[in-house]
Amino acid sequence: MKALWQNYRKNKLAQGIFLLLYIGITSLSLYLAQKSVTAFLLLLASLLLLYFTSFKNVTKWLIAGVVLVILLPFTASNGDGYQSYMEVATLVGIYISMALGLNVVVGMAGLLDLGFIAFFAVGAYSYGIFATAQANHFMPFGHYPLSGESFWIFILIGCFVAALFGILLGIPVLRVKGDYLAIVTLGFGEIIRIIFNNLDRPVNITNGAMGLPSVTPPSLFGIDFLYPSQFYYIVLIILVFTIFTVRRFEHSKIGRSWKAVRENEIAAQAMGVPLVKTKLMAFAIGASFSGMMGVVFAAKQAFVDPTSFTLLESITILVMVILGGMGSVPGVILGAAVMTILNLQVLTEITNWLNQLSTSGAISIPDALSPSKMQRMIFGLLLILFALYRPQGLLPAKNRKYDQKLLQKGSKEANGDSLREQSPIENAQEV
Amino acid sequence: MKWKKSLAILLSGGLAASIFLAGCGSSKSDGNEGKSGGKVIKIATQTPLSGGSATIGEAIKLGAQMKLDEEKQKFKDLGFDLQLVPYDDQSDPKKGVANAQLIGADKAILAVVGHFNSGVAIPSSEVYEKYAIPMVSPANSAVEVTTRGLKTVNRIVARDDFQGPAGAEFAVNTLKAKKIFIIQDKTAYGTGLAEAFKKAAESKGAEILGFEGITVGEKDFNGVLNQVASKKPDLVYFGGIYAEGGLIIKQAREKGIKVPILGGDGMDASTLVEIAGEAVKDTYITSLAGDSSKSEEGKKFIESYKAKFNKNTESYSVYGYDTMGVVLKGIEDAIKANNNKMPTRAQVRDAVRGVKDYQGVLTKVSFDENGDNNYAKVFIYSFKEAKYPAELVGEVSK
Amino acid sequence: MLTEMIQNIPQVLIDGLTLGAVYAVIAIGYTMVYGILELINFAHGEIFMTGAFIGTAMLIVLTGIGWVSSVPTIIMLIVVLLFTAILTGLLGMGIERVAYRPLRNMPRLIPLITAIGVSFLLQDIVRFIAELKKGNYIVTGPSLFNSQLSIKASSISSIFTDATIKQSFVIVLIAAVLMMIGLDFFVNRTKWGMAMRAVAQDRDTAALMTINVNKVISITFFVGSALGGATGVLFAVQYGTIDPYIGFILGLKAFTAAVLGGIGNIRGAMFGGLLLGLLEMFASANLTLLSHGVFGAEYKDVFAFIILILVLLFKPEGLFGKPVTEKV
Repeated sequence: MKALWQNYRKNKLAQGIFLLLYIGITSLSLYLAQKSVTAFLLLLASLLLLYFTSFKNVTKWLIAGVVLVILLPFTASNGDGYQSYMEVATLVGIYISMALGLNVVVGMAGLLDLGFIAFFAVGAYSYGIFATAQANHFMPFGHYPLSGESFWIFILIGCFVAALFGILLGIPVLRVKGDYLAIVTLGFGEIIRIIFNNLDRPVNITNGAMGLPSVTPPSLFGIDFLYPSQFYYIVLIILVFTIFTVRRFEHSKIGRSWKAVRENEIAAQAMGVPLVKTKLMAFAIGASFSGMMGVVFAAKQAFVDPTSFTLLESITILVMVILGGMGSVPGVILGAAVMTILNLQVLTEITNWLNQLSTSGAISIPDALSPSKMQRMIFGLLLILFALYRPQGLLPAKNRKYDQKLLQKGSKEANGDSLREQSPIENAQEV
Repeated sequence: MKWKKSLAILLSGGLAASIFLAGCGSSKSDGNEGKSGGKVIKIATQTPLSGGSATIGEAIKLGAQMKLDEEKQKFKDLGFDLQLVPYDDQSDPKKGVANAQLIGADKAILAVVGHFNSGVAIPSSEVYEKYAIPMVSPANSAVEVTTRGLKTVNRIVARDDFQGPAGAEFAVNTLKAKKIFIIQDKTAYGTGLAEAFKKAAESKGAEILGFEGITVGEKDFNGVLNQVASKKPDLVYFGGIYAEGGLIIKQAREKGIKVPILGGDGMDASTLVEIAGEAVKDTYITSLAGDSSKSEEGKKFIESYKAKFNKNTESYSVYGYDTMGVVLKGIEDAIKANNNKMPTRAQVRDAVRGVKDYQGVLTKVSFDENGDNNYAKVFIYSFKEAKYPAELVGEVSK
Repeated sequence: MLTEMIQNIPQVLIDGLTLGAVYAVIAIGYTMVYGILELINFAHGEIFMTGAFIGTAMLIVLTGIGWVSSVPTIIMLIVVLLFTAILTGLLGMGIERVAYRPLRNMPRLIPLITAIGVSFLLQDIVRFIAELKKGNYIVTGPSLFNSQLSIKASSISSIFTDATIKQSFVIVLIAAVLMMIGLDFFVNRTKWGMAMRAVAQDRDTAALMTINVNKVISITFFVGSALGGATGVLFAVQYGTIDPYIGFILGLKAFTAAVLGGIGNIRGAMFGGLLLGLLEMFASANLTLLSHGVFGAEYKDVFAFIILILVLLFKPEGLFGKPVTEKV
């Protein structure tokens, strides 16, 4: 068995065949058995399998692209569950993006942020206010709601405004460290939510607790974006942008500064890392992804109200980051996907199934223990079990490994590409 | 390495299982239709079953379930199997929308009973509209729920802009309140109701001494009540639900605030009396529910509910019951109009909107072009002693 | 405007102290655990909630039994308090043993996950039991100590209005103060308390000095959770109605109070709790007056958090914490 496994690890062809087979079968089963959530999830899991293969990065991206852009929507589109699958996939994308943003702050720069959802709220409200008639209440000029074409500009505006809020939060935060930082950010998140909840007077800006209904759907060339299957592509594009940016940042100078600050602030400062700039960058960049997704979220839900931005949401995103593995981009992606799918689809399906069993009389469950109410409990149990048995996260972060001999031999050619040739397996893992 | 290996095994295992399940799944659905000789009609409920508002969500679900069980035989005779699918929206708009997509995906679901929170109902109904699934709400009173011109959205309860003014009318004309202090809970429901009340009370000439918000989930409201005590109003209005309302009544009386307290339908629950105890005296509520303990059907409902679930009825259980009644009436009409064949969702949607003069336990139902109930009435109750339900002292109709 | 504020002051003080006493005792639980493990024990709010439920259940059962009514209520309350404290103390120890101890050498954020998991689990278990027994999880206990005392504040100076005190307020305050004094004595004057402080300062060195670190940590959890649970009973007596979700908001506020007083510092937590309670009550009673109606009582939490942030910015170690010089 072990030998077989070793062989498999080394043999790219075998990996390719297995992957192809896997994707083929799951796609086919999703295509044929539309109601099977399992098939949908297994098809998504093929990306995980892909991650563990030892192909080149470009190949991996290409395969992932084919699966996500073509295969997944196409095979799911056959039946009734289409929009439902796409809704889940869209939300997964939104959460992954947010978790990646938080990962920059918590995982890379080591700044514990408990009020991260505030930036999401800022993004959502910046589109929500101007894409409904709400802005008429306080804007002296212009006619609202704005048309759906403005959505694309608002993605940028949301990104910018959230980054601004990130810096605004960052400035006072620079003075505090560790757990004090956590409580300051927590306070900040709550302040933002309470203000949004109460800003219907003296001037009605956010419409308070009543929320903003009928947000204009985005439109492009006269086509309105109404269905999750359409938002899926918007989210996918932003997500790819996010992953790309985060990966670039991670291995750039600023990324190394973040890690230095995380490991030891004083030592980093002594080595010439500018603390203020580094921390502010982390906050601004982390927040900006959240802001963009906030805009998308507002447009997708067509309704914004303060109940979507509670402290519990901040904690949920933090749990995604920790569960996946702090500082590890693939880990965080996996963590966010697992948490979202678990909460939105798997637990709902399980409770429905149990419910059906108990109504048909196969098993009897007392009413207070009705499975439809147990989601919180199952969720809690899972968190405990995961933390106990997999505390370093699902896919722990790895630092890029450099071959010392190679470095000594010629530092000129010792860049990432030549390393990749040397030890494909090690490099593949830290992707 | 071990981790990856187990992952690979897990994935391949899952694959095998899925193929197996897929095979079973398709054969099962065939078998299902053959066995009962009829087709399955599912009706979903979407209410909060966990979290802070779970009592109410549960009450709506159980009420709906009871009606569904009662009507099962009738539909069996028509050749259909009725099934209830409860969903938990957790009072969270995201979850509500995701569930709505799941509901949309299940072609057997023809109608939805829900939601409790207007903040969840509004985004979710956008999804129902796309799938043409009719939604009948047992509890949403926010004005925007029906004014967006959706064909699928209906409700059996009165809107805030009807209930609030009815309360104001009672406060100013019957209770002779000149100076009113308003407290609200900063939720969509509480704010909407309190704003509507405030507007109407001002136009009737009452002076509003204060308009303060509290935080849902807290238990100590002495700060706001100190303000009330120093302003010395003739009436306190609370826009919110019973959990906070009961505590406010109790703490106000402990502070020596002896003026009448008026609240909305969210306070209409036996738990209010349980929480406030003796302090509940001299409290008034405007409710959308008629006195169900007086009528024959009402008594029967309360008894059989108790017998079936071993629980006392909450005000919302009867809403759930009637909502399900309207939904089933609509489906029945649609089936009949379709020559006893399975109706489409669009047909059911139009049939539900077209329901005329349905007599429920609680209220009579006919929908207008927005989906609002023409017969929605506001009843005014007074707590003369610490006993639930309270005494009916007046009613206002549209 | 000013006269209205001053008129209210006696009543605001009383209400603020009641709420503040509750915050203070819960804050102690957070601060003790933080001091010794550097862990934010998010499940502490739920331990408080469990205590409230255990206490209420016992009070309901005890008042239901005839012969107990001959015993003075105060004795019954003391028995319930002690019993609840022991049960929740054991619960806290159990949580530490299962959910935190195996993760002690992990990165500090990992136990946060188990803490959140434990919170969810406790909430749901309590809800389940309450619902199974009562059919409804919003539970109202028997009302005890309901008689009102009136303080003639107007006789001291005519600008004050009279304030009313519930008898239970006196009991809550006395019990909370007793608990705090007891704890202070325990930490500062006993052998175990000394061991606790030693472990908080340096776990490894303390271990070298033959202190059983695991045992000390267990005891810390026991004491903190016992206090939290007992406060739950006091809370249930004072406010009457409880539900399984009270722990979250109260826990958050108490945590804020702990930070305000300087986290890890027990006396600071007591002071921070009282201060936060007073501030909150003052804000919700007077914010409208102060801002001429622009900001209402709904902004009281914003007010509390802004004060917290200001304190942290200008005195980051909290009001009572000692500044720590960072080692390189």
